[in-house]
Amino acid sequence: MTEPTLGKDLLGLEGLTKAQVELILDTAEPFKEVSERAIKKVPALRGKTIVNLFFEASTRTRISFEFAEKRLSADTVNVAASGSSVSKGETLVDTARNLEAMRIDMVVIRHGSSGAAKFLADRIRSNVINAGDGTHEHPTQGLLDLLTLRDRFGKIEGLKVAICGDVLHSRVARSNIWGLLKLGAEVAVCGPATLIPPQVVELGVQIIPRIEDAIAWADALNILRLQLERMQAGFIPSLREYNRVFGVTRERLARAPKELAILHPGPMNRGVEIDSDVADGPHSVILPQVTNGVAVRMAVLYLLAGGGPDWRSGGGGDDR
Amino acid sequence: MSDLLIRGGRVIDPSRATDGVADVYVKDGKIEAVGRNIPAQPGASIIDAAGKVVAPGLVDLHVHLREPGFEHAETIATGAMSAAAGGFTAICAMPNTDPVTDSQATVGFVVRQAIRAAKARVYPIGAVSIGQNGEQLTEFGEMVQAGAVAVSDDGRPVATSHLMRTALEYAKTFGIPVADHCEDMSLAKGGAMHEGIISARLGLKGIPSAAEEIMVARDIILAELTGGHVHLCHMSTKGSVALIRWAKERGLRVTAEATPHHFTLTHERCEGYDTNAKMNPPLREAADREAIRQGLKDGTIDCIASDHAPHHYDTKEREFDDAPNGIVGLETALGLGLRELVEPGLLSLPDLLARMSTVPARIFKLPGGTLMVGAPADVVVFDPAERWTVRREDLHSRSTNSPFLGETLSGRVQLTLVGGRVAYDRSNRQIL
Ligand SMILES: [Zn+2]
Repeated sequence: MTEPTLGKDLLGLEGLTKAQVELILDTAEPFKEVSERAIKKVPALRGKTIVNLFFEASTRTRISFEFAEKRLSADTVNVAASGSSVSKGETLVDTARNLEAMRIDMVVIRHGSSGAAKFLADRIRSNVINAGDGTHEHPTQGLLDLLTLRDRFGKIEGLKVAICGDVLHSRVARSNIWGLLKLGAEVAVCGPATLIPPQVVELGVQIIPRIEDAIAWADALNILRLQLERMQAGFIPSLREYNRVFGVTRERLARAPKELAILHPGPMNRGVEIDSDVADGPHSVILPQVTNGVAVRMAVLYLLAGGGPDWRSGGGGDDR
Repeated sequence: MSDLLIRGGRVIDPSRATDGVADVYVKDGKIEAVGRNIPAQPGASIIDAAGKVVAPGLVDLHVHLREPGFEHAETIATGAMSAAAGGFTAICAMPNTDPVTDSQATVGFVVRQAIRAAKARVYPIGAVSIGQNGEQLTEFGEMVQAGAVAVSDDGRPVATSHLMRTALEYAKTFGIPVADHCEDMSLAKGGAMHEGIISARLGLKGIPSAAEEIMVARDIILAELTGGHVHLCHMSTKGSVALIRWAKERGLRVTAEATPHHFTLTHERCEGYDTNAKMNPPLREAADREAIRQGLKDGTIDCIASDHAPHHYDTKEREFDDAPNGIVGLETALGLGLRELVEPGLLSLPDLLARMSTVPARIFKLPGGTLMVGAPADVVVFDPAERWTVRREDLHSRSTNSPFLGETLSGRVQLTLVGGRVAYDRSNRQIL
C-alpha cells in the first residue's frame, strides 16, 4: 500500500481521507519537539518562498503560520490585503496571477468569502493552504483541535465532542465536524436554533438544543467564539441572555458526570460563550491548542512541499 | 422580400393544435398558406425542411439585454441575435437597465434599438416603480403607448404589498400583466444560493424556498383582491407550484413561468463554487425541480422563459459571494426543453412548443405563437434529433456565462424567420 500524500493544496478537511488526516497528525507529532528546542529551526523548507495572504485580520492564525514557516526555514512574506470580499482594489484573480508571476512556492490565504481558497488554488500552480475562507472551513484549526484531543484522550475514535455556539457562521465548526467524523468521533452541535443549520443531521451530527444536555453527554466541548455582530443581525437577543442560556460556566460544568476537556479556537469572549474560570480552569486545553497549532501547520507545510518522513536528516521537499 | 416556401417539414402549430407534414408559404412577411403540395410562385425561395420541425417562432417573456448601461455584457442587437439563433422570434426585455426603462422615452429607446437590430422582435417591459425604487408608480399608460407589453420591477420584487396592489389595479386599465420577481428580501438578504445541505457544507448564506413562496402567496392574494393579472417570474420551488395550483383552482388571473435551468439543474451544481451556477432564484433541490417539471406538464406553470442574464466574464470570475446572479439562456432553452422534457416523455413536442411560443404570446398578448394564415411569418425550423455541444465560441450573445458549456443538447435551430425575413440561418451565416 502506498503512503498517503496531501496533494497540491489543503482547502478543507471535507475532501481528505482518514489516512490523510492521520498522516498530518502523525507528522505534527515530532514537530512539537522542534518548538521545545533552544534553536527552534529545521532546514526542511529552506529555499521555499511562502506568502501569507490575509484579506481578513487574524493575529493568532497569521502568527502561528509565520512561526511554523520560520521554524521550517522558509522565506516568508506577509501581505495584509485591506478590505474583505468586495475589494476596492485588485480582484482576487489578479492577485492570483501576480503571485503566480512571482514564482512563489506556497500561499497561505485567509479570506472573508467561502470558496476563496479554492478559487485561488484552481488558478495557480503554487500550493494553497486555506487559513480560513468565509464561513466554510479552517482546516488547520480543525487539525490542531484533533491533535489536542488526541493528546488528551489518546485517541479520537469513540470520543464524544460537542461543538457549542454559532455553528452556522463557523468555519471552525465545519472543519471540526469533518475531521472528527473521519476519525470516528461522535459529534454533536449545541446552540440557539438560529445559529444551528438543521442540515447538519444529514452529515451524521446530532443536535443537542440545551447546553446542560451537551455537557452531560460530551467528553469534550469545543466552544466557538460568538461574533458580536450576530446580535445586531438579530440571531440572538443579547449577549447577556446568551451567557445565561448557552454560556459554559463553572456551575454547569460542575454538574457534569465526568471531567470534560474544554477547547476554544480563540479569541475568547470571556463572560459570553465561556466564563473565565472555565477558560483558565484545570480542564482547559486552550493553550495546548495554540502550541499544537504551530506543529500542525509545520506538518501541513512540510507535507504539501512534498516532504517525506525523513525531515530530521534535513531532506525535505526538493532537497532530496 | 421574396416569397418563401418551407417545404415538407413536420409543421407543428400549437395555436391550432395541428401537427403533420406540410408546406408553409410565406408572402409579404405573413403566413400565406399552410398545406400539402403548395406550389412555389416564380421567384420564391424554397427551403427544404424534410426531417425538420417547422413551428411558430419561440417567445421569451423574460430576458435581460443590458442596454442601456451595461453594453459590455450585452446589447439589444446582440441579445436579439442570440434570440434568433436560439429560435426565438420575440423576446421581452426587463427594465433593470441604467437608466431604468421607466418612461415613454426609455421604452421608445428599446423599441428603436430593436428595429435597428432587425433580428428577433424585442418588446420592452416597463418598470412598475420609478427607478425601480419601489415607491412611485411609473406612467403605465404612456409606456404602453410607446410599446411596453407588461410592467415589472424584475431584478427585485415589487417592493411592498401596497405598491403591488396599486400596480395590479392600475395595470387593468391597459390590459397588461404585472410580472413579479418573488423574493422576500429580508429572508433572502445576503444569500448566495439555495438554503439546504449544500449551502450548509459550502458555508454560503442560503436563500430559503420560503423567500419565494411568501411573495407568491402575497401576489396571489392581491390578484384576488384586485382582479388584476399577476405573472409570476422564474418559479423555482415546490411550494410555489402548489400555491399557483391553488390560485388557478380559484380561477384567479395568475400566470407563471419557469426557466430551463430550474427544470434542469439543482443546488448540487454549486459544488466547487462555480459562479455559473449562481442565480436568483437559486437552483433548488431535486424535489423542487420535479415539481417544476410536473407544473409544466399539467399547465400550472404556463410557460418557459429563459431569464437570459448576460454578465461579462470578469464579473463572474470572482468569489462566489460577490459574483452576480444569472446565466445566458436564449441559445440553450430549446435544446434543454427537448433534452429534459420531451426526450424523457414528460411533454410532447407540441406541448413543449406551446409552452415556448403560443402560451407566452397569449400571456403578454403578443402577435406570434401561431402559424395561422395572415399572421406575421415568425417561424422557427429546427432538427429535433440533431445533437450539438454548447461551445463558448458558437454563442451569439456578447456574454457566455452558461453552466451548460460543454454539454450536449438536442435539437438545433436551422432557420429563424421574423416577419418573413431571415433573422438566423445556420446553413449560410454570411447572408445575414
Ligand atoms: Zn428576476
